[in-house]
Amino acid sequence: MTRWAMVADLRRCVGCQTCTAACKQANATPPGVQWRRVIDLEVGEYPNVKRAFVPVGCMHCDDPPCMHVCPSTATRKRADGIVTVDYDLCIGCAYCAVACPYQARFKVDRQEFAFETAMPSEPRDEKRIGVATKCTFCVDRIDAGLAKGLKPGIDPEATPACVNSCIAGALHFGDVDDPASNIAELLAENQFFRMHEELGTGPNLYYLWDKAP
Amino acid sequence: MMRWLQRHWDARAAANFVLGGAGSGLLICVALADIRDVSAVALALALVALGLGAVWLEIGRKLRALHVLFNPFTSWMTRESYAALLLFPLGVASIYVPAAATLAAAAAALFLYCQARILRASKGIPAWRAPEVVPLVVLTGLAEGAGLALFFSESTVLQAAFAIAVVARYLAWRRYRAAAPSAVLEAPGKALVWVGTVGALALLPFMLPLAGVAALVTGGWLKLALVTRASINQGFALPHLPVRGAR
Repeated sequence: MTRWAMVADLRRCVGCQTCTAACKQANATPPGVQWRRVIDLEVGEYPNVKRAFVPVGCMHCDDPPCMHVCPSTATRKRADGIVTVDYDLCIGCAYCAVACPYQARFKVDRQEFAFETAMPSEPRDEKRIGVATKCTFCVDRIDAGLAKGLKPGIDPEATPACVNSCIAGALHFGDVDDPASNIAELLAENQFFRMHEELGTGPNLYYLWDKAP
Repeated sequence: MMRWLQRHWDARAAANFVLGGAGSGLLICVALADIRDVSAVALALALVALGLGAVWLEIGRKLRALHVLFNPFTSWMTRESYAALLLFPLGVASIYVPAAATLAAAAAALFLYCQARILRASKGIPAWRAPEVVPLVVLTGLAEGAGLALFFSESTVLQAAFAIAVVARYLAWRRYRAAAPSAVLEAPGKALVWVGTVGALALLPFMLPLAGVAALVTGGWLKLALVTRASINQGFALPHLPVRGAR
């Protein structure tokens, strides 16, 4: 069974936000909406402070709280693990946004553009107004790529835009249930954690932090 | 750790918890104290309707509001909507058929419980996901409803119910405060203890409506703060820092 997941190597991420920009470009998200972003975390107490760059976004959880709370069934989970939002069903109650532990959901109530009018790269998309939006793992690219016989995570045409754009090779994408996949190998070779695993959401964004012992 | 205050649910969403809680609590007390007063039932239904109307003003796609009914399997918001669909006809029926008051109270209790579970299901917000939020929200609604009911009846049963509700609410607040401490809830919490509990109980033998107002206002303030100001997401945290370079 396929289960798409992402791996972020924290040792490699330099916080350049190229993935953020690539996501905005690929998905034409409005100002203030960042389905993929890199947060700059300071850890520790002065003077022993360390800094880490952490890519975040929708974790496409195994047991997504956003899906359970959604009153309209707009949020669903596909068989391949991708959590989707049906913009035609969503009522924009934002319950998913308050239930998500990862600040991955956004809702905008009016069309906004980076400048006064829409640039060619900013299509007017009425469907996304007043509803919840979030990272889709570039599901359209994955589906179109699979239809062409391509392999997501290996073939750029079938891989999420943020992963393709990463200058440091910190982001990886693949089928975590396939032991021979690129990300399964990375997880076998390294130590990793998932964000707030104690909540039982089963996030599918794995953070590598050190080599396997 | 990077925390943030959720800003999706503002005073409009809080109004549903404040008004809906008080309205459903009142409907329960109407049945409990056998208050045969049309205006009490009307006020209860109006409060619940106003609360739901406030939420409706907040949603992004107002014309799709009925989609809220699509997920009774897992969503407490959907379940709350179904409870409201039961509550209104049963509440109206109770005006004409007193026996229906018990059923209306049951629907109101379900509505109140669903409200509490709505908050509990929000996994990212420690102030909401604490299991202790459920008795706090339910008992706050009951205390507010009992406080309102004092405007319609002076019965001993109602006064006893009011006293029990405010004391139970105080205990629920203490338990909640220990489980999910929040600086922004301290002021409304103190008001709930000293004005809404001690003050209300002291006023009960002399000025029933004022005792009711004390319980009502302090409960409303606490829920407003709980929804709009204590709703801080736990943020991101790193259990391990990346190990770079030579070890």
